[in-house]
Amino acid sequence: MTTGQRIGGNLANFVDERTGAGRALKKNLNKVFPDHWSFMLGEVAMYSFVILLLSGTFLTFFFIPSQEEIIYQGNYAPLSGLSMSQAYASTVDMSFDVRGGMLMRQVHHWSALIFLAAMVVHMMRVFFTGAYRKPRELNWVLGVGLLTLGIVEGFLGYSLPDDLLSGTGIRIAEAIIQAIPLVGTYVAFFLFGGGFPGTIFISRIYTIHVLLVPGIILALITAHVLLVWFQKHTQYPGPGRTEKNVVGFPLLPVYMAKAGGFFFIVFGITTFLGAVASINPIWLYGPYNPSQISAGSQPDWYMGWLDGLVRMAPNWETHAFGHTVSWNILIPGLIVPGIMFTGLALWPFIESWVTGDKREHHLLERPRNAPTRTAVGAMALTFTMVTLINGGNDLLATHFGLSINQIMWFSRIGVFVLPPIAYFVTKRICLGLQHKDRDTVLHGRESGRLVMLPSGEFIEVHEPIDQYARYSLTNHEQPEVVELQLEDAHGVARPGSVKEKIRARLSRGMYGEQVQKPTEKDLLELEDGHH
Amino acid sequence: MSDTHSGHESSGHQSSSALSPLADPGLPPHIYRRADTEPRAAKKAERQVAILFALSALSTVGFVASFVGIKKDAFIFIPLFGSTQAQQLALGMTLALSLFLIGAGAVHWAKTLMPDHEVTQDRHELRSSDEDRQGVIEVFREGAEAAGLGRRSLIKRTLLGSVGLVTLTPVLLLRDLGPLPGKQLETTNWKAGRRLVTDPDGKPLKASDIQVGAVAHILPEMPEGSELTLNDMVKDPVILVRLRPEDFNLPSDRKDWVHEGIIAFSKICSHMGCAVGLYEQQTHHLLCPCHQSTFDVETGAQVIFGPSARALPQLAITIDSEGYLIAKQGFMEPVGPSFWERSS
Repeated sequence: MTTGQRIGGNLANFVDERTGAGRALKKNLNKVFPDHWSFMLGEVAMYSFVILLLSGTFLTFFFIPSQEEIIYQGNYAPLSGLSMSQAYASTVDMSFDVRGGMLMRQVHHWSALIFLAAMVVHMMRVFFTGAYRKPRELNWVLGVGLLTLGIVEGFLGYSLPDDLLSGTGIRIAEAIIQAIPLVGTYVAFFLFGGGFPGTIFISRIYTIHVLLVPGIILALITAHVLLVWFQKHTQYPGPGRTEKNVVGFPLLPVYMAKAGGFFFIVFGITTFLGAVASINPIWLYGPYNPSQISAGSQPDWYMGWLDGLVRMAPNWETHAFGHTVSWNILIPGLIVPGIMFTGLALWPFIESWVTGDKREHHLLERPRNAPTRTAVGAMALTFTMVTLINGGNDLLATHFGLSINQIMWFSRIGVFVLPPIAYFVTKRICLGLQHKDRDTVLHGRESGRLVMLPSGEFIEVHEPIDQYARYSLTNHEQPEVVELQLEDAHGVARPGSVKEKIRARLSRGMYGEQVQKPTEKDLLELEDGHH
Repeated sequence: MSDTHSGHESSGHQSSSALSPLADPGLPPHIYRRADTEPRAAKKAERQVAILFALSALSTVGFVASFVGIKKDAFIFIPLFGSTQAQQLALGMTLALSLFLIGAGAVHWAKTLMPDHEVTQDRHELRSSDEDRQGVIEVFREGAEAAGLGRRSLIKRTLLGSVGLVTLTPVLLLRDLGPLPGKQLETTNWKAGRRLVTDPDGKPLKASDIQVGAVAHILPEMPEGSELTLNDMVKDPVILVRLRPEDFNLPSDRKDWVHEGIIAFSKICSHMGCAVGLYEQQTHHLLCPCHQSTFDVETGAQVIFGPSARALPQLAITIDSEGYLIAKQGFMEPVGPSFWERSS
């Protein structure tokens, strides 16, 4: 036994005698994880969060969260002699006077964008494959919470440098708070320590940004990953994969090496972006001054949809009994986002109520095999895309020489018209793909070889697919419509309740139209030459 | 591990369909990699991994060299990127490469040399057994009984009451986060006789200083010794536009708020408080860059497009005895975005 082995053994013994960690490790070290590229999306989000913690800690060593006004005398000549807050000046200083400071700022900002983007794409993967179904509804809700907190955290983060762009963003956030009926003005005055902008909000959002929200995010990520661990990861369907097993690679060594390596890859790519792609050049925007504005003021992309909603809102305001209700702010700023995020969180429960499906699901569904869900997702994404486009309407107008009014009207109408179209088109595409799958199973795949028959007719040769591919295309469930029960157990007629009627209606919408997947019988008939 | 088993396994498949679906053929046969069967290929993969790790180390040396060797203020011109801080770029590129290569090495190692036999483990239903559930209920019931929660209602009620009350303390503690709004949102520094001065130079203006078609950014002139704070800058900025007097189409009671075609509006958007900084000279429109609310100067900054619900408040102006532009009176309504207490 080498010295290294002996020291290692003693250390392990010390820890195990005091914690019993050995038992837990033995059970878990060779835990199996299914492998698929789309399972890395959540990993990207988690790694980005770690990068955010690391780079963010570095930034706190140089950033001064103070709104005290000073005269800038640093090395960046164009700002020389300007009055600005300590927060802004220290951000400029760390960009130009700290070795690696600019790099870390840009890495921090880029990883924030990637964090949010990875969460969104991960969520899309989970949604479109039905991974959120029982028993994983709670983890879906945690995910919605993480996305919400991530958006808030990102917004607070880019508000800290107190530059002209971020100050404008904070001003808009303040206007949304101020628009809340009854308490809005008071809430705004409490948050800002008086009238906007005051002299305290930077240090307040600093604490929220570096301590409170990251703490909650960290706790939620822990719970999120622990739940994945206990519930075991879902897997894509295929030969040998069932609801009762999990097929993949063990944690040690393969998954450890792949996941660990992947962390470094994400870190490397983020650093590369931070090195070459300038982001949030606050020294060009100048310090915040409420009387100034720059044309083309844009939030980061994950706030863009919200800004787009605010831009397209009709200018409704109610004045009554000496009070004002600003519908033009409340609807796009609070009500619609509230509906969107509540709907997102409740979706697994809504779906399982409509389908009446209360079983556990560990096999994922291909999006085409759940056409209604896929269509609903496409509808939601289309809605968000239209609002996001409208959030950049000024840039679109200047870049493509369009009229801003036309883009606004396109969005105002499109936000109602395009989502239903997306729903309809997506559903048809899914059903079409189901047809294609059925065809492939029964008649094989197109080989691309054209053959001329003696009669002069041309046909394309179809090659049969093997049993594994065949199983992959036919193993999905085809649920039946939940019919309205108009008779009770004794055959006595009963009127269905309103709730039951709604459910039967929705269920028909969801499952009423399906392409029957091929069965053993279909294949046998084919082999007997009965087609 | 007892419930781990490798290889092929088929299982019964349930479906709601009455027609029998195709049977599960089990896992497809394993395909071996070259490195699994050929020692030479394995050796080659090993070398590749080692090279990736070694290159990473080399890149880190480059990082150290850039840190100490490149001057902070050296700039380098790179096509497409323009002029870039040389040190930041070198630090970033070398660090990115160091990190990426470690990752690439580890993944390559896992993919070529580590076992790639898929392993199957069983899943177990998450639900606890009825027995366990019953046991938990039992323990809770016994615990509650032992504490006497059911019997000692006096304790229960006083406990609930005291916990309920103590949770109110944070509400009180947070009270001093800020003062009450009072009239702050409704007041500005504008009042009768106050001169209009340019932002940021602070020069008073005569009507002759502004030509037809021009705009000026304006703040109120403050008495000696007091300066405008950022909080004032949220309410006081004004934008001045000069048109030909016959261009206006103003409400009758505001006709004398204009001086020789010079009209003054609050520059703070009546939608969400951004600075309404864009003026279209041809159309006489003011545009807020934040949400594109568009205001028509001719009609007194009425909203003609966008989400804002109210015209920009107009400041009545005239001239003093020396000919400088002054405010005739303060703003007649609160400036900036709406709020609940606003009465019009």
